[in-house]
Amino acid sequence: MIIITWGGDESHSPFFVLAVVLRKCSVAMSILNPIIEPASQIASTFEPSCKHCGEPCEQEKIVWEGESFCCQGCQMVYEILQNNNLCRYYDLDEKAGISLKGKKSVAYAYLDDPEVVQKLIDFSDGNYTKVTFFIPQMHCASCIWLLEKLYKLSPGIYNSNVNFVKKEIYLTYKEDTTTLRQVVELLASIGYEPAINLNNLSDTKPIANRAFFYKLGVAGFAFGNIMLLSFPEYLGLDKSIDSAFFQIFGYLNILLAIPVVLYSGWDYLRSAWQGIRQGFFNIDVPISLGVLTLFLRSVYEIISHTGAGYLDSLAGLIFFLLIGKWFQQRTYHNLSFDRDYKSYFPIAAHRKENGQLRSVTLDKLEPGDTIVVKSNELIPADSLLVKGEAAIDYSFVSGESETVQKMPGDRLFAGGKQVGAPIEVNLIKKVSQSYLTQLWNDEAFTKKTVSSTTTLADRVGRFFTSVILLVAFVTLAYWLPRDTGVAINAFTSVLIIACPCAVALAIPFIFGNVIRILGKHHFYLKNTQVVESLNAFQSVVFDKTGTITARKKGHIEFQGKPLSALEINLLIQVLQGSNHPISQQLEAWLREQNGQSTFDQFPLSDWKEVIGKGIEAICCQKIIRIGSYAFMDDFSRQDWPEEKGVYLQINHEIRGFFKIENNLRASLWEVLDFFKQRANRQKRSAKLYLLSGDNDRESALLLPLFEQKEHMHFAQSPQQKLDFIKTCQDSGEKVLMLGDGLNDAGALKQSDVGIVVAEDTNNFTPACDAILNARQFAQLPRFIQLASGSIRLVYAAYGLALVYNIIGLSFAVQGTLSPIVAAILMPLSSITIVVFGMLSSNWLAKRLGL
Amino acid sequence: MEVIFLLIIVSLIIALGFLAAFLWAVRNGQYDDDQSPAIRMLFDEELTKNEHKTSKS
Repeated sequence: MIIITWGGDESHSPFFVLAVVLRKCSVAMSILNPIIEPASQIASTFEPSCKHCGEPCEQEKIVWEGESFCCQGCQMVYEILQNNNLCRYYDLDEKAGISLKGKKSVAYAYLDDPEVVQKLIDFSDGNYTKVTFFIPQMHCASCIWLLEKLYKLSPGIYNSNVNFVKKEIYLTYKEDTTTLRQVVELLASIGYEPAINLNNLSDTKPIANRAFFYKLGVAGFAFGNIMLLSFPEYLGLDKSIDSAFFQIFGYLNILLAIPVVLYSGWDYLRSAWQGIRQGFFNIDVPISLGVLTLFLRSVYEIISHTGAGYLDSLAGLIFFLLIGKWFQQRTYHNLSFDRDYKSYFPIAAHRKENGQLRSVTLDKLEPGDTIVVKSNELIPADSLLVKGEAAIDYSFVSGESETVQKMPGDRLFAGGKQVGAPIEVNLIKKVSQSYLTQLWNDEAFTKKTVSSTTTLADRVGRFFTSVILLVAFVTLAYWLPRDTGVAINAFTSVLIIACPCAVALAIPFIFGNVIRILGKHHFYLKNTQVVESLNAFQSVVFDKTGTITARKKGHIEFQGKPLSALEINLLIQVLQGSNHPISQQLEAWLREQNGQSTFDQFPLSDWKEVIGKGIEAICCQKIIRIGSYAFMDDFSRQDWPEEKGVYLQINHEIRGFFKIENNLRASLWEVLDFFKQRANRQKRSAKLYLLSGDNDRESALLLPLFEQKEHMHFAQSPQQKLDFIKTCQDSGEKVLMLGDGLNDAGALKQSDVGIVVAEDTNNFTPACDAILNARQFAQLPRFIQLASGSIRLVYAAYGLALVYNIIGLSFAVQGTLSPIVAAILMPLSSITIVVFGMLSSNWLAKRLGL
Repeated sequence: MEVIFLLIIVSLIIALGFLAAFLWAVRNGQYDDDQSPAIRMLFDEELTKNEHKTSKS
């Protein structure tokens, strides 16, 4: 009576046979990749695309062995794979490769430190080491294929296994032939850079909790077998003929039911007991009452030979409840909803010791240490700049959209990313005591959330328990003077039939399905409680940088003498060489302005990039300078006042400047309008706020969106953001917060619903309740409508359950509830609720266009 | 009819065997990842260098 689904080790699997048959029919590959042929043909006829990553090779084209590549990195990966006869990688999945364009090589010297190695590995016996890495770039069948063929690339790797759902790789390597550093460097060299961060140092490896599946299995097993052994009862066979059967079946049923109550149903009993001790009735209280009454009465009936008991209903009840629990646990293995700053910070830094650089893990850094921060590296702790010119990108940690220039002697805050040349800094704080990381000491992060069930379920549970107890005792009081036997019978029957199984299933199935639908649209909720919170908020707080403004694609405007087509062409060529985000942004904009796809190539000479200032080059006898105001010639500056922007100088004459504005997200207006209308409908004074870590340069632009100046707060520190949410909550409002960066982490945690808007869900996201893919930002109103609508569906399901309960109760109060009625009524009501929940929530989603 | 007792015992033992198999499968981690094995088993056997050259389109 149990269904076994085989998975995992395919050599044991019956599906393996099927796969072999499929392969013989050569269908297998077309299932894997139905579109590879036409797509690659199109790509080859129009423009050459990179053999490795599939991106068009327009800027620089490298031809190697008859294949074209978009960059040196891609070509190198191809070469490695080619040399090792692993080119099947490209046949399995189109565009399998990960572009290495613009990727800076990371130093893995810290992996030579035995202490670090010890923290990272899972197990070592002296010869073999096992290690698990999280590889965010994993995305297709080819990735699995290549990552499991790593042993071909390095003789030291004994075995590698991939978990695609979790994006993890489990490696075993031989310690005498290779080192952890070499393994990581190999992974990075083929584009699969493992995510190693500060969190790995403190992290205790999560132990897979499979107890739930054991419980489900036991309940399912017992349910099926008890039903089978109850069959004579269902058929109404004459008990006087073979009474020995009925007795032995009854005892077997008791044996089967004991693990169901004490093991599978233990969580419900415990939760109910905790609820009673804390003085409130949650939904588990009536469930436990029903379960215990069912069990005790059945045992009594069987032992005293007075009846067959309701053990089939009992096992079925718990089995359905567990299925509901399983359904609502939609987990996104590759997403994490509780990351702190440790997942953002690197694991090690370069400390200067006696004039030499040494890799040291961050937890060993002390104030007074001198650290070298290279290009694209994070500043690990608050420090003073000692040497070099710092150009620091704080956009993720403070919301400032522009790179900040610092001079020696200036103070630098932890979390900023150095975008220029290497700098030397002197630490003044420990990593955990820095300005930013201190935020995690706030009580918002230390307080524990107690309730595991939704408040809606608890409210219903309270109501239910009192009604049931009332009905049960009234029945008891009515029958007791008349007939003691019927009184006990009716009393227990009420408790049994009123057991709110259907009620307990409504939320898991409706909310669970809503989570699934939203997940399909790249809006990932942490759990079912969030669905409920998404309906019950008043004020909405927005972060600016990265949330309502896109990080990429800024709005650019050129002010000055118009540029000719030739000049634009030259500019693009000059900008091409630079990796600076502003150069790339500007280059993309100029290409768009020009509208041509082909560019003449002119010889470029004396190209140089002055870090933190700009680029200079000579092309067609024109000296071109692009960069900050200070980078322009002194005498040409006289004609131009200093403005915020990127200046352009051709032959010692300033031609003008590019004004770069943050671009507001598409359909921001509609989303805000939805929230505004929603706020107007609320009884409380619900408002929309803007909390930005950036300066107020764009306040004029944003004012029409937020209507009042008092609702927009600029230059907010992470702690101020958190405190603002607290003040709102103190006045009784429930707050929805939309943020993205580390500086929003406190506010997101404190708010009633914290939603992170992420451009790439593989990247770091701070702790939150939900993650929204930035591309789906425009859909947010619909998502919230779906969540609110689903609450009405839950109420409708409760109504349905009530109908069943009234029918059942009308039998029960008369003391005429037979086991067969209970056995039919209870599963029927559960199934009705499940079917109703699934169909109605799907219908609602469809109506909303999701 | 006494044979029913035997049959019931046998059937329960078989069912217990399946329960044990299920618990073993869960314990073995077969339910941890339901995607990669499905993809993995469709990979073809190794191609030698020569075969690869000819099959390359």
